[in-house]
Amino acid sequence: MDQDFLNTLSLTGRLAGWTTAILFITGFPIAYVLAYKRFPLKALLEALFSMPLVLPPTVLGFYMLVAYSPQNAFGRFMAEHFNTWLAFSFAGVLIASVLFSLPFMIQPLQNGLTSIPKSFRETAYTLGKSEFTTFFRVLIPNMIPSIITAIAMTFAHCIGEFGVVIMVGGNIQGETRVASIAIFDEVQALNYHTANQYSFILFIVSLLILTLIYSINGKKKILF
Amino acid sequence: MLKINVQREMLTSGGKTNLEICTEIKDNELLCLFGHSGAGKTTLLRILAGLTKPDKGRIEFNNTVWFDSEKKINLPPQQRNVGYMFQNYALFPNMTVEKNISFAQKEKDKVEVDKLLDLFDLGVLKNQHPDKLSGGQKQRVALARALAAKPNVLLLDEPLSALDFEMRLSLQHEIRKAHDLLNTVTLMVSHDLQEVLHLASTVILLKNGTVISEGKPVDVFNQKSSEYKLKMEYYSQIFQSK
Repeated sequence: MDQDFLNTLSLTGRLAGWTTAILFITGFPIAYVLAYKRFPLKALLEALFSMPLVLPPTVLGFYMLVAYSPQNAFGRFMAEHFNTWLAFSFAGVLIASVLFSLPFMIQPLQNGLTSIPKSFRETAYTLGKSEFTTFFRVLIPNMIPSIITAIAMTFAHCIGEFGVVIMVGGNIQGETRVASIAIFDEVQALNYHTANQYSFILFIVSLLILTLIYSINGKKKILF
Repeated sequence: MLKINVQREMLTSGGKTNLEICTEIKDNELLCLFGHSGAGKTTLLRILAGLTKPDKGRIEFNNTVWFDSEKKINLPPQQRNVGYMFQNYALFPNMTVEKNISFAQKEKDKVEVDKLLDLFDLGVLKNQHPDKLSGGQKQRVALARALAAKPNVLLLDEPLSALDFEMRLSLQHEIRKAHDLLNTVTLMVSHDLQEVLHLASTVILLKNGTVISEGKPVDVFNQKSSEYKLKMEYYSQIFQSK
């Protein structure tokens, strides 16, 4: 295996890993609010977070490119304050990937939180425990299968991302060229052997992740 | 002394109705809220625990105001120090029996946990998780956990409803034990006449959110309905045979 091949796989793993890590930290508070709080326009917010499920990736990619442009506020802010050009960079692809993978993290977490009986939270509160303590001592330990599903689904979705990455990042070796784009590229160049290598690795990783999710969900029925 | 004067709109199967309660409960009293489904029994317990907000009124426990709609006071459940036992017991599946009880303590005290385990005959089950327990065992764990927090008021929402008749009879003394140990106010929701007659020092008879009668169980049921009189005679015969 040549260095480019390994670099592409490594970049794919890094993009999926960072996206999953960022979404795990930011997605939990969002899922908590959506699961337990009532506020005006909640349905609109839920719809916005679920948009990547139905929106063509090219649409989000297009809007991200527009936002990254130095002619617009966000792109100008990043360029002036952080000397960062997001278009066709790993950071830009990462931000787009986080936005596009939001529902894959939030929905399993939200489902996990709402499936825990309300009486568990209320009992903890009457026992004098804060929302914070209740979250870490009662809620999280009782939704481990949902957490693993959320992490695995997000990671699996990220490693196969194509549309958003090619729109925002293009195909720059070592910077934005991930495995799904490399497969497309190698097929265009009639390098079927390399395309097959990439495809087989993505196939096996996705299969392993989904097998993990299904085996956990099977055990969940027995545990609860 | 627990002083309650609250109003709250409730949604029942028969439409909207108003819960209106005005009563005072003395220390050491074991009071049963008795009535059919939708009478407002659970809503009142939830209001006292701080889990449901009344529309207006005032709740005061030993000179501490828990709720006052005029002064905009509404203490959260964490600051009321009540022990609330849900119908489904709400034992945390991720914790063993011992951990469920110690979780309730404000300051960790292993000796106190062991005392509660002994008191409710749970010693041999202390390392078990709730999914391995029977209904009666879960009830005893939930009671022990409620006591571990040393609550000001014990609130029991149909604690025996999920159990069969024989088990209910045998576990009623556990509730009495918990009440005596706390030496404070206990409010228990029930729509089982036998339970009320056996346990309560006072009963509030509720119908559609309104107090129909309040007093000693024998007096309340004798004065209210011949239906209750017949049931009372039936249960008193069962007690004698037990």
